[in-house]
Amino acid sequence: MVDWILIFSNAAQEIISPATAAYALAALGLAIHFGFTGLLNFGQAGFMALGAYGYAIATLTFGAPVWAAILTGILAAIVFALILGIPTLRLRADYLAIVTIAAAEIVRLLFTTNTFVEVTGSANGLQGYKGPFEALNPIPPGQYGFGPWVYNEYDWWVRIFGWTLVALAAFITWRLFKSPWGRVIKGIREDEDAVRALGKNVYFYKMQSLVIGGVFGALAGMIFILPRAVVPSNYQTSLTFFIYAILLLGGAATVFGPIIGSVIFWVLLSFFSGFIARAVEVGWLPFLSNIQAGQLRFILVGVAIMLIVIFRPQGIFGNKKELAFVK
Amino acid sequence: MRYFTTVLFGAAITALALSFAPPASAEEIGLDEYDNRISGLVELADEPLADVQLVVEGGGFRVEVVSGDDGRWAVGVPDRGDYTVTLNEETLPTGISVIDPELEQPNVRTIKVGQSGSAVANFFIGQGPRNTTSLFDQIIDRLFNGLNFGLLLALAAIGLSLVFGTTGLSNFAHAELITFGGLMTLLFGVTLGFPVWIAIPVAILLGAGFGWLNDAALWKPLRRKGVGLIPLMIVSIGLSLAVRYTFQLFVGGDTQQLPGATDTTLSVGLFGLSWIDVASMGVSVVVLLGVAYFLLRTRIGKATRAVSDNPALAAASGIDVDRVIRIVWVLSGALAALSGILWAYFRPGVSWDMGFQILLLTFAAVTLGGLGTAFGALIGALVVGLFVEMSTLIIPSDLKYVGALVVLILVLLVRPQGILGRKERIG
Repeated sequence: MVDWILIFSNAAQEIISPATAAYALAALGLAIHFGFTGLLNFGQAGFMALGAYGYAIATLTFGAPVWAAILTGILAAIVFALILGIPTLRLRADYLAIVTIAAAEIVRLLFTTNTFVEVTGSANGLQGYKGPFEALNPIPPGQYGFGPWVYNEYDWWVRIFGWTLVALAAFITWRLFKSPWGRVIKGIREDEDAVRALGKNVYFYKMQSLVIGGVFGALAGMIFILPRAVVPSNYQTSLTFFIYAILLLGGAATVFGPIIGSVIFWVLLSFFSGFIARAVEVGWLPFLSNIQAGQLRFILVGVAIMLIVIFRPQGIFGNKKELAFVK
Repeated sequence: MRYFTTVLFGAAITALALSFAPPASAEEIGLDEYDNRISGLVELADEPLADVQLVVEGGGFRVEVVSGDDGRWAVGVPDRGDYTVTLNEETLPTGISVIDPELEQPNVRTIKVGQSGSAVANFFIGQGPRNTTSLFDQIIDRLFNGLNFGLLLALAAIGLSLVFGTTGLSNFAHAELITFGGLMTLLFGVTLGFPVWIAIPVAILLGAGFGWLNDAALWKPLRRKGVGLIPLMIVSIGLSLAVRYTFQLFVGGDTQQLPGATDTTLSVGLFGLSWIDVASMGVSVVVLLGVAYFLLRTRIGKATRAVSDNPALAAASGIDVDRVIRIVWVLSGALAALSGILWAYFRPGVSWDMGFQILLLTFAAVTLGGLGTAFGALIGALVVGLFVEMSTLIIPSDLKYVGALVVLILVLLVRPQGILGRKERIG
């Protein structure tokens, strides 16, 4: 018999899971790049990796306190954004795409190589950096929650921290794009030359946007690793593509789109893989093995990206008039 | 060839590992992460040898491990299939080496991880001379490897570049056209048991058909609909994901070998080349010359270049732009399939994501040569291929793609239009 309750409760857990918060924050950063500024950043996985490794390495190798570790990740992302932006922001959009995707791969390969194994842990990654963050936890030990959402004090602490960051980032983004600065940024997306003609330094604005979105990506990387280990194979190009799927689902030029998109993405993914796995076990899908069932969801993500872009390019919450795509 | 290559990799790595890289300290690596494992015991006359370095490599995966105090080591590996295990003789005690009179390179073993998911690699260790390769031989070997890799990359890059030139599409799903060639050769040559000389042409023909299908079923309707270039690029990313995992659904995560790919009897006996490498380079050169003739001398080739230059003007001069684009897609599919087959022999092995592994390098080649210029893609691919292979003389081989990508970024800094690209405003 298919255990529907288990499938639904697993899916419901994803609504507030740290991974959902991390992807939402990364997608929000990408919304600033791609949705509001029109920058084709395909290296969001690189920003996330820098945040994650920056935090973990600062804690493990240098014994830094939590605030310093977070600052390290943020600084790494800022430096990365500057390195990416200086050569490419003057060039056409597709050049930025190729350079960012290449740079993110460079970052991942540098974290994977055996050369720096003492610091990065090579292909095995890093763990054991949770101590200082755990020490800050104000929640007394125990199990809390109701329904499917019952967790211990550390799991709640990670969730509260993660979603607070997401809420803060969403508020900052919302304020930013209500400000004159935000209007210039949107102007750059619509017509770069017109903004330049108004005397604005387009290059400088684009750089600021790249840095802010990149910092959001780095913070997302930190939320992502708090409940698990840092593993370099998590930061492949596919990660960036999943973030794009979330962004396009919710609406590229919106503040709440990426957050809702992330929740929908993870809940559907969990529901779908849970359902398929059970259906295979019960024998409803005799032509599939359990491993194959795990791959179906990636096919689904791919098809979903194509369908959204073709039939609803503004996403669920986007405004048709404010099409997110640069020419 | 692979035997040689691995030794050389090992030698290059060793030189570096000794100079600045700290050796891996663990005796068990990645066992939790991967389901399959390779393990072994290093001992001399029943006495365990500690701190002996081994490199396990195969299917694009590579890991180093050091034997523990009890002489044992184990690594987790992602897929089933063939792996080469190289024992670094520099880390053995003085006067000790791997001895096996049967083998030319006794410190390198090819191990098959089969259905059981685990394999054992042990070496005969005793007193005897070391197996070393001179620097000159290493350079020559890397040079030929780089040329071979660059040529097969060029086949894929030219197709990608022609599609970009004629339609403006940065096609991320080009990787799947490459994989398709390898998979179809596997299907006909191994699963259905046809001889290789039938399987390869059939795979290329099917690749051409797959290219046509891409255009007819997806890209042509989207062009009609007037979808912008950046949405198209994102559609190609979605397509790439969907097709790649569909491949995995059918063939699984294993790496499988094409006929003759791991046959060590095919060695030319010169510079560590095998006849497969020679054939691969020969085929690449002939096909690339053919493409050059097509583009420069034939009517439809000229039309292709015209569309590439200015589609509206080409259409106004009576060129059937849709027909040209169709032909470009068919050509691109066939070239990518051939490239995939050669890549399967070069790696060696066919796997569901083999095309995706070189997609970035293909993009690097196209950008380096100049976006949309066919001959630029050729030059870019050769530069990337040579750079990737030659750089392993200096940097660790698990960083070899990093070198090529850094070069890409540096070239864009000083010459954004690429090597052969025309200077125009691209800001």
